[in-house]
Amino acid sequence: MDKLLDIENLWVKFPTRQGVFDAVRGVSFTLGRERLGIVGESGSGKSMTGRAILRLIRPPGIVDADHISLEGVDLLKKSEKEMRAVRGQRISMVMQDPKFSLNPVMTIGNQIIEAYRLHSKTSKSAAYAKSLEMLEAVSIRDPERVMRAYPHEMSGGMGQRIMIAMMLIPNPEILIADEPTSALDVSVQRQVLDIMDKLVKERGMGLIFISHDLNLVADFCDRVLIMYAGRIVEVCRADKLHEAKHPYTQGLLNSLPRLDAPKDRLDVLKRDPVWSEAPSVSGRT
Amino acid sequence: MSMLDIKGLNVWFGRARDRVDAVKSATFTVAQGESFGLVGESGSGKSTILRAITGLAPTWSGKIHVEDQPIPARRPKSFYKTVQMVFQDPYASLHPRHSVDQVLGETLHLHGFKDIDNRVVKLLDDVGLGQKFRFRYPHQLSGGQRQRVAIARALAPEPKLLLLDEPTSALDVSVQAEILNLLADLRQMHDLTYVMVSHDLSVVGHMCDRLAVMKDGEIVEIMDVSALQRMEATHPYAQHLLQASV
Repeated sequence: MDKLLDIENLWVKFPTRQGVFDAVRGVSFTLGRERLGIVGESGSGKSMTGRAILRLIRPPGIVDADHISLEGVDLLKKSEKEMRAVRGQRISMVMQDPKFSLNPVMTIGNQIIEAYRLHSKTSKSAAYAKSLEMLEAVSIRDPERVMRAYPHEMSGGMGQRIMIAMMLIPNPEILIADEPTSALDVSVQRQVLDIMDKLVKERGMGLIFISHDLNLVADFCDRVLIMYAGRIVEVCRADKLHEAKHPYTQGLLNSLPRLDAPKDRLDVLKRDPVWSEAPSVSGRT
Repeated sequence: MSMLDIKGLNVWFGRARDRVDAVKSATFTVAQGESFGLVGESGSGKSTILRAITGLAPTWSGKIHVEDQPIPARRPKSFYKTVQMVFQDPYASLHPRHSVDQVLGETLHLHGFKDIDNRVVKLLDDVGLGQKFRFRYPHQLSGGQRQRVAIARALAPEPKLLLLDEPTSALDVSVQAEILNLLADLRQMHDLTYVMVSHDLSVVGHMCDRLAVMKDGEIVEIMDVSALQRMEATHPYAQHLLQASV
């Protein structure tokens, strides 16, 4: 499998008055043309890992790594200007809540066209046609009306699909999806996942799927990294997630209520300080 | 005796051509000591039913009886001593500049309790927080701890009926388990009746005895949790929801 992304020994640090806080502590993994899931609780550093790849962490935050290479080229050595050619163009990111990532005072059409023309020199009419086509690809009915609409007129599920459409127009090699479905209903969730799945398969994209929902990741991804306190504690195949060995993963799985196995009390996760001390497991293949 | 009896409840927002019917002739009863679930996708009107009961959605028609007494148009103080609500987002439902002590103390004062100091201590112990959290502000608490404070606040007037609006959907799975266990314990300890709204069928399956499935403002099916566990839904939408969540 060819490696799209290769990350070695990634640290994200935030200096505070109480000393330096390490949000991500020495994480290594690779991404091929696959669906890679990153799961963990809030504060485990999964979103920070996603942001660090795109160098979206602003000072005073510090990103440090041996290398973050995109097809052999180290992103950390690029200037801010060169990074702009990477963001959106080669690596795209879909954030959690569409309400906060769309511009509320611009029509959807203008936003998509702007994003598209920023990266490629095309005429307005060609960009319009391309935008319509993308909206159709993420199964939005009546795309012409949606192009004229403002974000507040859209439901959460539609907003998220619009975000995905916008991110996919430049045809990136890697898509980082940070909790793309947490703000959505179960039924809409499936639709959004199916769209991403189709795009990964058809275009041979690499997908990093960040989520706190274990069952969803087990269902949807190929490989899973489990993060705890800024480190990877376990790497496993997604379909084997339920046979996970690490007590943290097992604890998370057991704390979920299940319809097919009802019980009076749910198991509560007992945290072992050893987990955060143990060195990070490498997710490299 | 039924704790909550709802007959032909309609709730709407806006008027004339902007009118939206959020709940259409909903009917169900919840017995004393029971735990009742409301499930459905967002926009199906499940939270609106809770808001109509507590008076947060003023435009409604139909009958709401609490402890066999009809609810008057202007709810008296005694109503809020019987019925309390816990909201979805613990980050939004606590005043950012009030300490835990102020939040609980004010609620107790408003309900006319005298021994406020002892009661605050007891409430914090009940929800498993302990005394060291008493003088903290919301930003010094984690999501799970905030939700515990919100539950303590709802328990302060010693209510009989607790309305839970997605109490764990903003929390991590590991914290969700703690809060669900806490709610189960409290229900046993204080002999509470729950009405719980959730979009997560497995959470409702764990917490409730019976549940209603809602779609587009209507209750399409009311069933026992045992039927839910056997995946025996009769209405096609309820079946669809079951399949989507497994």
